[in-house]
Amino acid sequence: MAKNNLKGVFVNGILNENPTFRLVLGTCPTIAVTSSAINGLGMGLAATLVLLGSNVVISMLRNFIPNKVRIPSYIVVISTFVTMIQLFMQAFVPSLYEALGIFLPLIVVNCIILARAEAFAGKNPVAASAMDGLGMGLGFTLALTLIAAVRELLGTGSLFGMPVMGASFEPVLLFILSPGGFLVFGLVLGIINAIVDRRRAQKLHKEAKAA
Amino acid sequence: MRLSEIGIFLFFINAAFSNNFIFSRFLGCCPFLGVSNKIETATGMGVAVVFVMTLASLICYLVYEYLLVPLGLSYLNTIAFILVIASLVQMIEMFIKKSLPSLYTALGIYLPLITTNCAVLGVTLLNQRSGYGLLESTLNGMFGAIGFLMAIVLMAGVRERLESSDIPKAFRGFPISLIIAGFMSVAFMGFTGLVK
Repeated sequence: MAKNNLKGVFVNGILNENPTFRLVLGTCPTIAVTSSAINGLGMGLAATLVLLGSNVVISMLRNFIPNKVRIPSYIVVISTFVTMIQLFMQAFVPSLYEALGIFLPLIVVNCIILARAEAFAGKNPVAASAMDGLGMGLGFTLALTLIAAVRELLGTGSLFGMPVMGASFEPVLLFILSPGGFLVFGLVLGIINAIVDRRRAQKLHKEAKAA
Repeated sequence: MRLSEIGIFLFFINAAFSNNFIFSRFLGCCPFLGVSNKIETATGMGVAVVFVMTLASLICYLVYEYLLVPLGLSYLNTIAFILVIASLVQMIEMFIKKSLPSLYTALGIYLPLITTNCAVLGVTLLNQRSGYGLLESTLNGMFGAIGFLMAIVLMAGVRERLESSDIPKAFRGFPISLIIAGFMSVAFMGFTGLVK
């Protein structure tokens, strides 16, 4: 039972409550760093590590943090993890560190992380909070990589830096420039909404038929 | 872009138009999408951001230059800046609640949201990375925030009109707002390279 529950928490973040597509949180990095698939993936993984760390620590401290100062305490925990990841990436993946630029320290104010601390880690045991952090983080990573892959494919004709569209493809530069971020995010979000609506309608239809 | 080289007018154009926080730096998109339903609320949010961003740029510069650098702790800038911003927002809230109640009723609900507005932390980090001085940092914060105010009010104007238009169900709300923001961003690309 407990194991099932942990799995449910994990999957919840990736599908039902995907932070980018279902909750529409953390929109700034989603638009800003998705000009190439590798940047999207890197940003997503960095945020996942921060989310995992902050969820675990906040969950461990949940009985010690006074209710009134919980938001500042959460922010301190989160920014500590962000600084750690920042120093780590600067040392080991300097090119990605340069590409993400200011958006790496800005993970501190990514609303997904504070929202999960407030809505989940502050109220639940450590194991469940860790799964929640991982699930939400991977959901965010998937969403960023998807948007980034679409933009890179249309804007440069390649995927993860490898050309895939052939020589006759004329890349639409607009998609890797700033307007592309807004446009692709909006279109992908709309399409996902349409799919979710349709599946819900089908489910209702089936249930009505069975009854 | 140094203030001494390009003068105050071009510095303003650069911070508010060419490098608009929403359309070319993608900072502060959450409030830009979240509170742009009505022109009134958008203006309230925008004005509160101008207020906080100007003060935060000023104070974070002082903290960085006179506290973190002398102590050799400049790698702690992210933590220090977010703490300054969070406490600044709290203090502004208490101050205007007591002394300017009418302003508080207008801006009150937006103030707590500003702590997690990435444009505020973003501008302080950008100021520090560009090596701006005291005056440049403060002006950059203020002008950038004016650009944000302009963007959010423009967006609210468009969204008010959208309410009565026939949009496919799946695209209502966030998706159509993002697509409109994309077109506005195309327009703002025209300002790129205006300041050299």
